[in-house]
Amino acid sequence: MKTWIAFWNILKKDMRNYYLKPPNISWGIIFPLAWTLMQLIRAPQSFEINQLLPGLMAMSILFGSTSMLAVTITFERRGRSFDRLLLAPISLTTMVLAKTCGAILFGVFNAFIPVLFAAFFIDLAGTNWLLLSFGVLMIAVTSTLLSLVIAVSVREVFEAQTFSNFFRFPMLFLCGLFFPVSKLPLFLRPLAYCLPLTYGADLLKRALMGGGMMSIGLNSVVLLAMAGLLFVFAERCIRRKWIL
Amino acid sequence: MTIVEVNDLSKKYGELMAVNGLSFSIEEGEIFGFLGPNGAGKTSTINMLTGLSRPTSGQIMIAGFDAVKEVKRAQRIMGVVADESNLYGEMNGFDNLCFCAALYGMRKAEREQRAGQLLAEFQLTGAQDRPFRAYSKGMRRKLTIAAALIHQPKILFLDEPTTGIDVASARQIRKMIKDLKKQGTTVFITTHYIEEAERICDRIAFLVDGKIVRIGTVAELMADTESEHQLELTLDRSIPQLVETEFKQHFPSLRLENRGENASLLAAPHRIALSPILRYLEEKGIAVYEAREVRPSLEEVFVKITGIEATKLNPEKEGGKQ
Ligand SMILES: Nc1ncnc2c1ncn2[C@@H]1O[C@H](COP(=O)(O)OP(=O)(O)OP(=O)(O)O)[C@@H](O)[C@H]1O
Ligand SMILES: [Mg+2]
Repeated sequence: MKTWIAFWNILKKDMRNYYLKPPNISWGIIFPLAWTLMQLIRAPQSFEINQLLPGLMAMSILFGSTSMLAVTITFERRGRSFDRLLLAPISLTTMVLAKTCGAILFGVFNAFIPVLFAAFFIDLAGTNWLLLSFGVLMIAVTSTLLSLVIAVSVREVFEAQTFSNFFRFPMLFLCGLFFPVSKLPLFLRPLAYCLPLTYGADLLKRALMGGGMMSIGLNSVVLLAMAGLLFVFAERCIRRKWIL
Repeated sequence: MTIVEVNDLSKKYGELMAVNGLSFSIEEGEIFGFLGPNGAGKTSTINMLTGLSRPTSGQIMIAGFDAVKEVKRAQRIMGVVADESNLYGEMNGFDNLCFCAALYGMRKAEREQRAGQLLAEFQLTGAQDRPFRAYSKGMRRKLTIAAALIHQPKILFLDEPTTGIDVASARQIRKMIKDLKKQGTTVFITTHYIEEAERICDRIAFLVDGKIVRIGTVAELMADTESEHQLELTLDRSIPQLVETEFKQHFPSLRLENRGENASLLAAPHRIALSPILRYLEEKGIAVYEAREVRPSLEEVFVKITGIEATKLNPEKEGGKQ
């Protein structure tokens, strides 16, 4: 009960202070919107929203959750208010869960903004919503944990933002959303299969358009395993780096 | 009852021994002070005691818990005030306190009641709706202390609570610390203000370069250096050179020092009898207006024991006086 009170209040505080602030909400919207416009201007004839949608969703999640963690963790660590969480009588796991939960929810929320816009233009009746939600959740979880590892390793907010880009952009272009993995140069393909986003994107595509490279089962198992590994790794980094 | 027991505690940062083999214990209900210059290892020690950092070696027991292995259990009874006021800038005073209470698992009604009570105690009720970042330095310090008290900890750790704030606020904080003691709270405080340590601490440890060089009550620390008795005289003029030479021959066991215009200091390894001196000076035509026994201050004791000049300990205070 006591742990739950702490957990819920950390989550609630982050939501109020960071996630629900207008400038932060725009993070997950601007980039996908810009991308859509770019596609529209570049090739108005072959412009198809449903082809673009999985990629837009992935982008929204990625930019939404990773940019938030840089704020909620790196920023609070610089102001030392983060020490309060380390001094609280709650386990490190609970604290990490509470901190990441907000960013994950934020990512999920962002993912559905492009869907909402798309619903005005295309028919989404054939969508497997359950699968879509699962895919969105797993992308949010894995990218949040990845950026948690980054947040643990840096001291400044701008460093966190810069390093996030190091994996955000390559991930987006290697995951098969914009170019199919089979069309990537041979030496990049193994790398694509190391990225959680590749599996998440495959789920999104299957849920929205059917088809897909790998089976649902394979995708889910790999995503869950990666999430578990990342969580354990992030927590170990935290123990090593934060409790000096 | 002993509430904190530290044994051979060390902390190494790379090659630097920041804390070097500390052993001490704190009794329940005591105000225990760490007095030392910048970089002595005060904050490093507090961080280890509170679980913010891991000792390189040594043991810490707090209220019967191994504070290294069972940090989270020990943290339940601790309140910690860091050397910086570190609440959430964008949240107001009331919300800040309620959030801190929630971290300790307190329920909503209890959180709000306690937050209101502490705001009133610290005279911050009027500022409770303002964001923390809009607070003045002294107000921030007070709210940070209030936040550490929200769950009524058995032991409070204060890292330089009064550094950089004005005299009135500092006095208020010191009074609050004494009141806590009356309620039975144990206080561990670090400071580099000698008078502050002298005024509120039951026991003081002098910390230099990560080592405790002396530990004891104020009286015990004083007793160490009270080998010399001193008497300060206020005269109607300064003692002329000739009289001074004669005086020294007349009272060979006394040391005479001229101290500015009309004052002189007498020192001896024994207590100094007054009437022979008064009579002698009167014969020489020098009037004595006042004779005062001088006890060495804790400052002098500190300088003597540690070899560190008091000005080095708190330069800002010295600067402010001149
Ligand atoms: N995280 C760290 N990494 C490396 N060295 C450190 C670290 N923290 C403290 N030190 C070093 O350890 C020594 C003790 O520092 P500490 O902060 O404990 O001193 P302090 O007594 O609190 O000083 P102050 O009065 O300035 O607060 C200093 O030489 C400091 O440079
Ligand atoms: Mg310090």
